[in-house]
Amino acid sequence: MTAEELLTVRDLAAGYGAVPVLRDVDLTIHTGTIVAVVGANGAGKTTLLRTLCGMVPASAGQVVLAGADLRGVPVEEVVRRGMAHVPEGRGVIGELTVHENLRLGGLWRRDRADAARALDEVYQLFEPLARRRRWHGHQLSGGERQMLALGRALVARPRLLLLDEPSLGLAPRVITQIMALLRRLRDETGLTVLLVEQNVHGALSVADEAVVMSLGRIVVRAPAARLRDDESLRHHYLGF
Amino acid sequence: MDRFLFLTLDGLSRGAVYAAFALALVLIWRAARAVNFAQGAMAAATAYVGYGVAAATGSYWIGFLTAIAAGLLLGAAVERIVMRHVGHASPLSPVIVALGLVLVIQAALGIVYGNEFRPAPTPLSRSAVTIGGLRLLSPYDLFVFGAVGVVVVALAWIFARTAVGLRMRAAAFAPDVARLLGVRVGGMLTLGWALASAVGALAAMLIVPTELGLHPNAMDLVFVSAFTSAVVGGLESPPGAVVGGLAVGLALSYVGGYVGSDVTPLAVLTLLLAVLLIRPGGLFATTTARQV
Amino acid sequence: MSAYTLPRHLGLLVLGALAVLATSYLLEPYRLFQAATVAAFLCATAGLTILTGLSGQLSLGHGALMAVGAYSLALSQRALAERGLTGGGALPISLLVAVLVTTALGAVIGVAAARIRGPYLAGVTLTVAIAVPALTVTFSGVFNGEQGLAVPLAPPPAVLGPYFPYERWQLWLAAAVTLLALLLLTNLVQSRYGRLLRAVRDDEVAAGLAGLPVAGIRVLAFVVSAAAAGLGGALLALLTQNVSPGAFSLALSLSLLTAVVVGGLGRLAGAAWGALLLVALPELTHSLAEALPLTPALAHRMEGNLPLAIFGLTLVLVVIVAPGGVQGHLSRLAHAAWTRLPHRAAPPTT
Repeated sequence: MTAEELLTVRDLAAGYGAVPVLRDVDLTIHTGTIVAVVGANGAGKTTLLRTLCGMVPASAGQVVLAGADLRGVPVEEVVRRGMAHVPEGRGVIGELTVHENLRLGGLWRRDRADAARALDEVYQLFEPLARRRRWHGHQLSGGERQMLALGRALVARPRLLLLDEPSLGLAPRVITQIMALLRRLRDETGLTVLLVEQNVHGALSVADEAVVMSLGRIVVRAPAARLRDDESLRHHYLGF
Repeated sequence: MDRFLFLTLDGLSRGAVYAAFALALVLIWRAARAVNFAQGAMAAATAYVGYGVAAATGSYWIGFLTAIAAGLLLGAAVERIVMRHVGHASPLSPVIVALGLVLVIQAALGIVYGNEFRPAPTPLSRSAVTIGGLRLLSPYDLFVFGAVGVVVVALAWIFARTAVGLRMRAAAFAPDVARLLGVRVGGMLTLGWALASAVGALAAMLIVPTELGLHPNAMDLVFVSAFTSAVVGGLESPPGAVVGGLAVGLALSYVGGYVGSDVTPLAVLTLLLAVLLIRPGGLFATTTARQV
Repeated sequence: MSAYTLPRHLGLLVLGALAVLATSYLLEPYRLFQAATVAAFLCATAGLTILTGLSGQLSLGHGALMAVGAYSLALSQRALAERGLTGGGALPISLLVAVLVTTALGAVIGVAAARIRGPYLAGVTLTVAIAVPALTVTFSGVFNGEQGLAVPLAPPPAVLGPYFPYERWQLWLAAAVTLLALLLLTNLVQSRYGRLLRAVRDDEVAAGLAGLPVAGIRVLAFVVSAAAAGLGGALLALLTQNVSPGAFSLALSLSLLTAVVVGGLGRLAGAAWGALLLVALPELTHSLAEALPLTPALAHRMEGNLPLAIFGLTLVLVVIVAPGGVQGHLSRLAHAAWTRLPHRAAPPTT
C-alpha cells in the first residue's frame, strides 16, 4: 500500500537576489516517512527548506502540500497549512520562558482546547522542559534548546516537520535521543519529517529515504538503507 | 517644607505623565528598534481632536475617550502608510521620516486651528486640597495618577499575560522565527504603534490642561522630557521608563521651583547629557553600557 | 590636497563672484534680498550636510546654532555702536565674534556628541533646538525675550554712490562671506580630512583600529559645521536687521535638515539646492495664498505653515523614494549622460 503524497515539489528554483542556489528540484514525500537531505556545504539544503516554507521566494516551480499549492503563501500562513519549520540555529526566543516559547507554537490554532492538550503532550515528551517551565530560553543548554525548538514545532501538530541541522552542536547521546524520538513520532502519529543534516551517519540511521544534493540539484534519491549499505554509492556521493 | 511637599507632589504628577509617554516610546523601540520622534506631534494632534469633540458634544469625557481612540487610529495609520515603507539603508532613516511627520502634523494643525494657544479646560479642579495647612494633591492630580496607573497596569498585563502580548513580544524579539510560528508580525507591529500612540494621546490629554494651552508645539518639551525619562530608565526597560519618568518629573519640578521655571528646558538638556555621558545604558542597565 | 584642486576652487570662486555681481544688477531689490538670504542659509546647509552626510552625525539643533550666531552678531554690533564704532570695520569684527562664539558652543556640543550616536544624538540636538530659544526668555534682560533685538548695520560705503541700493550691498556682503566659507569648506571636504571624516562615518571601529583619532575627528566636524551655521545665522541677522527667538524655532532646524536631505547628504552642491528651496518655497506659498480666495486669517495660517508641511512631506518622500536626494539623482543622470557620449570616458565621481 502506498502512502499518500504529502509534499510534491516540481522544478523548484530559488536564489538570493541574482545568485541562483536551487535548480530543477523535484521531490515527493509520502506521509509517515522520514526523508534525510544530505550533501556538502553550500549544496542548497538549507535553502531548500527555506524555500519550501516561503522564507526564500521561489523563482520557478511548484510546491504542493496535501493538495494545496503553496505558491504565494506568506511565511506566517505556512504553519496553518500544516508545515512547521525548525530553522538552523533552532530559533529559541531567549527572552521568553520555556512555557512562553511552547505556547507560542500553538497560538495560531482556533481549537484552544486541543492546543492546550498538545502543549501537555509536549511536556510529557520532554520531561526536562516540564521541569524548567519558567526558565528563560537563553538559560537552557544546547540539548534543551533543541528539545524546546522541536517541542514548539510539535505543539502546532504539523503534518510535515522541516528540521534544519537538529544535531548541530549536540552531544552524541542527545543526538541519538532526538533521532529515536523522531522515529517514535513517525510510528505513533504518522508525522512526516524532512531532515537536513551534516551528520550523515545519524541521518541515515533514522531516515526511510535519503536525498543527496549537490550544487543546488538533487543528484540521488534512494532508500536510506541502500545509501547506507551500498559502498560504491556512498563513496561516490558522500565521500565515505 | 510646604513648598518642598508641593513641588514633590506636583513633580510626581507631571512625572506620571512623562512615565506614560516614555512607556509609549519604549514600546515602539522594543517593537521596531526605532525612536518615534513624531510621538509628541501625534499626541498633540489627538489632543486637538479630543478637545474639538469635547467642545462639540459638551462632554469632556467623550472628548477624552475620542482622543485615545484617535491615537489608536493615528498610530496604526502612521505605521501602515509611512513607517512600513522606510528602508533601513541607514539607521537614521526612520528618525528623519519621523521628523518629516512632525513638520507635516504641526503645520497641518497650524493651518486648521491656527498657531495661537487655545484653552484646554478640564472638569476636575486643579486646586490642591489642603489638609492641616499642607497643600496636597488636587482632584486633577488624583485623576492623573489614576489614569497613568491604569495604563501601566493594563500594558503590563497585556504584554505579560495575554496571547496577543506574547505574539507582540515574539514579533519584536525574533520576527523571522515568530513568522514560522504563525505570528503575523506586520500586524503586531501595527498594533504596537497603535497602542503607543494611544498612550501618547492619553498623556497629552493629561498634561495639556496644566500648560499654557493647546498649541501645535505643545508636546515638544514633553517629548524631550519623556525621551530623557526613557533614556534614564534604559530604552529596553518598561519599569525603567516609569521610574525614569517620575525621576525626571521630580527633578524638573525642583529645578523649576527653586531656580526658575524658564530654566526647565536647559535642565532637561543637562539631565539628558548627564545620563548619556555617564551611564548610557540607563540606570537599569543589566549589561555593561552598550555603544550609545 | 593636490596642486590641481586649489586653483580650480579659486577659479570657481571668481566665477561665482562674477555671477553674483552680474545678477545683482539684474534683480529688483526684493529679489536681491531673497538671493542674499539664500546665501545665508547656504552657509548653514553646507555645514549641516558635512556634519550629517560626511560625518554621519545627525543634528536637529542647527537652527539653534544659527540663533547663537545671529544673537552674537546682534549683541556685538550693538556693543560696538554704543562705543561709537559704526563704520565698515565693525562688521568683520561682529562676524568674527559670531563665528567664535558658535565655534566654542559647537566644540562643547561636539565633545558631548562624540560619544553619543544615532537616535540619542538626535534627541540631544532636538533638546538643544528647544532649549536655546528658551534662553532668550530666561535672560530677557540681555536678549529682550520674544521681541528680540534690532541689529544696527552701516550703510553702503560712500564710494559706491549715494543711490546704491541697500539690498545690493547686503547681497554683496552675504555672497562674499558665503563664497569664502564655501571655498574653505570645499577644500576641507576634498582634502585628507574629508577622507578621514568618511572613514570614521563608514566604519568607526575599523578607523579606530587603524589609529585614527575618532573622537577628535567627530568633534572637529561638529565645530566646523557649527561655525558655518553660526556664520549663516549672523548673515541672516544682518539681512533682516533683527533677531528674535521666533525666527529660530524647531521648525527652522527641521527645515534645514530637510534642505540637506533633499539636496543630498554630504554634497555641497546639494546644500545649494537646499538653501534655494528654503527661500523659494515660502515665496511660492505666498504667491499661492494671494492667488486663492482665502480669508486673511486663513491666508496668514497658510503662509506660515504650508511651507513647513511641504518640507515635511518632501522629507518623508525623499527618504522613502530617493535616498540620494536631488543632487544624487542629478549626479547619476549626469554620469549616465556623460558616459553615453561616444568620445568621453566616465569622469571620476566625487
